[in-house]
Amino acid sequence: MDDIALRAERVSKVFGQSRVLDDVSFELRRGEVLCLAGENGCGKSTLIKILNGVYTPEAGATFSFGNATAVSRITPHDARALGIHVIWQDLALFPHLSVAENIVFDDYVASPFRPLSRRAARSEARGVIERLGVPLDPDARVEDLSIARRQLVAICRVLRAGARIVFMDEPTASLTRNEVQTLLEITRSLSAQGISIVFVSHRLSEVLAVCQRVTVLRNGALVGTYSTEGMTQTRLSQLMTGRELTLTPRQAACAGEPVLELRNLSRTGEFEEVSLTLHRGEILGLTGLLGAGRTELAHVLFGMNRPTGGELLKNGKPLTLRSNRDAIRNGIAYVSEDRLHLGLVQNQSINMNTAVTVLDELEKPRGFLSPRRLRELTAEWIQRLGTKVSDAELAVSSLSGGNQQRIVLAKWLATKPDVLILDCPTVGVDVGAKAGIFEIIRQLADEGMSIILISDEAGEIWMNSDRVVVLKAGRVSRELTPNATTEASLEEIINA
Amino acid sequence: MSSVSAPRHAFRFGADTLEIGIMALLLVASFSFFALMAPGFLSAVNVRSMAVQLPELGLLSLAMLVPIISGGLNLAVTFTANIAGLTTAWLVQNALGDAGVLGIVAGIGAGLAVGSAAGLLIGVIVARVGAHPILVSLGAMIFLQGLGEFLTRGGGISGMPAGFQWLGSGTLIGIPIPMLIFLLTAGGLAYFMQFTRTGFSIHMIGSNPRATEYSGINVRRVLIVLYTLSGLLAAIAGMVMLARFNSVRVGHGESYLLITVLACFLAGANPFGGFGRVLPLVLGLMSLQVIASGMNLMGASQHLATAVWGAFLIVVMTLRMPFLKRS
Repeated sequence: MDDIALRAERVSKVFGQSRVLDDVSFELRRGEVLCLAGENGCGKSTLIKILNGVYTPEAGATFSFGNATAVSRITPHDARALGIHVIWQDLALFPHLSVAENIVFDDYVASPFRPLSRRAARSEARGVIERLGVPLDPDARVEDLSIARRQLVAICRVLRAGARIVFMDEPTASLTRNEVQTLLEITRSLSAQGISIVFVSHRLSEVLAVCQRVTVLRNGALVGTYSTEGMTQTRLSQLMTGRELTLTPRQAACAGEPVLELRNLSRTGEFEEVSLTLHRGEILGLTGLLGAGRTELAHVLFGMNRPTGGELLKNGKPLTLRSNRDAIRNGIAYVSEDRLHLGLVQNQSINMNTAVTVLDELEKPRGFLSPRRLRELTAEWIQRLGTKVSDAELAVSSLSGGNQQRIVLAKWLATKPDVLILDCPTVGVDVGAKAGIFEIIRQLADEGMSIILISDEAGEIWMNSDRVVVLKAGRVSRELTPNATTEASLEEIINA
Repeated sequence: MSSVSAPRHAFRFGADTLEIGIMALLLVASFSFFALMAPGFLSAVNVRSMAVQLPELGLLSLAMLVPIISGGLNLAVTFTANIAGLTTAWLVQNALGDAGVLGIVAGIGAGLAVGSAAGLLIGVIVARVGAHPILVSLGAMIFLQGLGEFLTRGGGISGMPAGFQWLGSGTLIGIPIPMLIFLLTAGGLAYFMQFTRTGFSIHMIGSNPRATEYSGINVRRVLIVLYTLSGLLAAIAGMVMLARFNSVRVGHGESYLLITVLACFLAGANPFGGFGRVLPLVLGLMSLQVIASGMNLMGASQHLATAVWGAFLIVVMTLRMPFLKRS
């Protein structure tokens, strides 16, 4: 039995009236990478917090570690002693301290009065960095590093603290594709060193690539633990949601007349001579690696930036956009990939975020912006898009990722666009909600809206586009139809 | 595509209700306390003097509230008021001296225009250059101070026609004119902030200017409008001060500057922008005036009243925190 690093049995947790974890058992083998999967609110975080000593489980739970005797709860002290560490999504680093100081930080917690020796800290940190084999400068300040590098610092820190069991909470959420590959390599090398890793991610392709087993939770209950061998993304999402998701490739509708035409459109340093045509009722997938010029192109089409060359035509007539207001007036809407900073004003209410794009229409008569019409508009869109909202006066930040994205869609659909540009519309949206978002998008196209769908997830693009354009280093490198290819070969083309 | 959750029937203690409630409570508490403790607090003379004193600080605080909601600050409000007052006083005494009531109206119009222009200048720089409003308005404040002192050679202008002084000391249906001006202005501003596109946009910009720009709002134009409005409100304060003191000098009301910031935060305006309401500000200002007048009647020095104002801000903030965390 000594290959079991941690076994938890009959773990339950009740908050007030709701049972967020119900009799969950799971085990983690030594040196394995296990995925903890489930939709938002399924109890993943609660389980991690119980195993990390933050929460106390209900009576009846037992936890055992290798040969040590079983206990009924894990205290924060136990968690440290057993080498259980969590790398939260926000990493919890000290941005103003150096990499080395962050890595050896736990030493200072252990003995707060020990004098701080920069040299000792640096050499200690260098040892850990070398052990992990990553390119980190011990003297760099953490705030100057990219998110991916910061994550490596966090990993070094838990290694330095003697981690034997590491929980990683959405570690790939804000990484580019190459950075994800690096992180997956590192995860594998940690597990080869005998460290057990619990990986939490919404990106199913990564889960299947790096994990040996996957434990699925749904509504606080255990669905089961499965080997990833032979597991497919579709099957895994069915297990997580408990629903048969209709993830079938879109049957390309016959293309209507051209709505938006790009002729040799360029912006120096971003993209060169991009020519493409978007037809009425079409979903055009625009993909490519991060930095291929996808978002930059979208910004020009939305009037945020000027092109430096080429032509843009809308319904056959030349179109010059001096600002995004021009774009909106001409029926072009843009859903940003950065919902947190650009898509929504997070602190303001759901009502205000829905209405902000159509204030001109709501202010009738001029000089009177009717609160009642504003509320009606929001209520109508909440209804139409099936958004789950308890009170539209609450800050939009109170909603889950999927529901926030529906509010973003609502605010742009309210402008009655004929061209909708969606930049990574499912970032930070969990599996079940993703399917819902695509259902909306497909229906909009069926109703005649022209959609540009930007994404780096080959599966999404393949499943939902009528036509796919692959950008590479700012130029169109391929144009293809999903029917004529497979998801796997599309993935290869993107990464080639 | 529809799964609307059932509306929640439980009473929600909204943030606005909370701020209005806190300020109303503070006003009732301070009013009752001094009504019982301070001799002559309820006398007509005292009530009238409170109603005459409040509007200056009140109008300047309104001029401060608008930039604060937008996530900025206008440090130039007091000197904008001075420059506007000087403009009006000089014109009425010299160029428009013989034009009677029409001259007074023209003089006031010119003063308000000069105040608005000072705000416009700040707004254009904030919008075009993108510099932080604290820096821009600090520059504008020092500029207006120096310019005013240069033009007046450090002196002042006094002696306004009787018609003008009526604006400071007269009453209409029993209400002192300055109070009437303040209440009308506050009402107008409350409407503007709640029921117009620009007011709506000011709140959005205060929380996140970039996301607001992405939503198709002309953020630069809104910034220019709101600082111009702030300058106009400061100029109205300048008119009231000129009418009440019958004189104007650069530096009049300088000590009000930080008190206006205090009043806004006391009334629950968010220091990081996006939130703030006119009604709680008006109630909060009334409490501050009640405290100052009440303590004065009880024989305490003006300085002690200032200390109490500061202490009040800290106490109210402390009491407010648990509510904010809950919501």
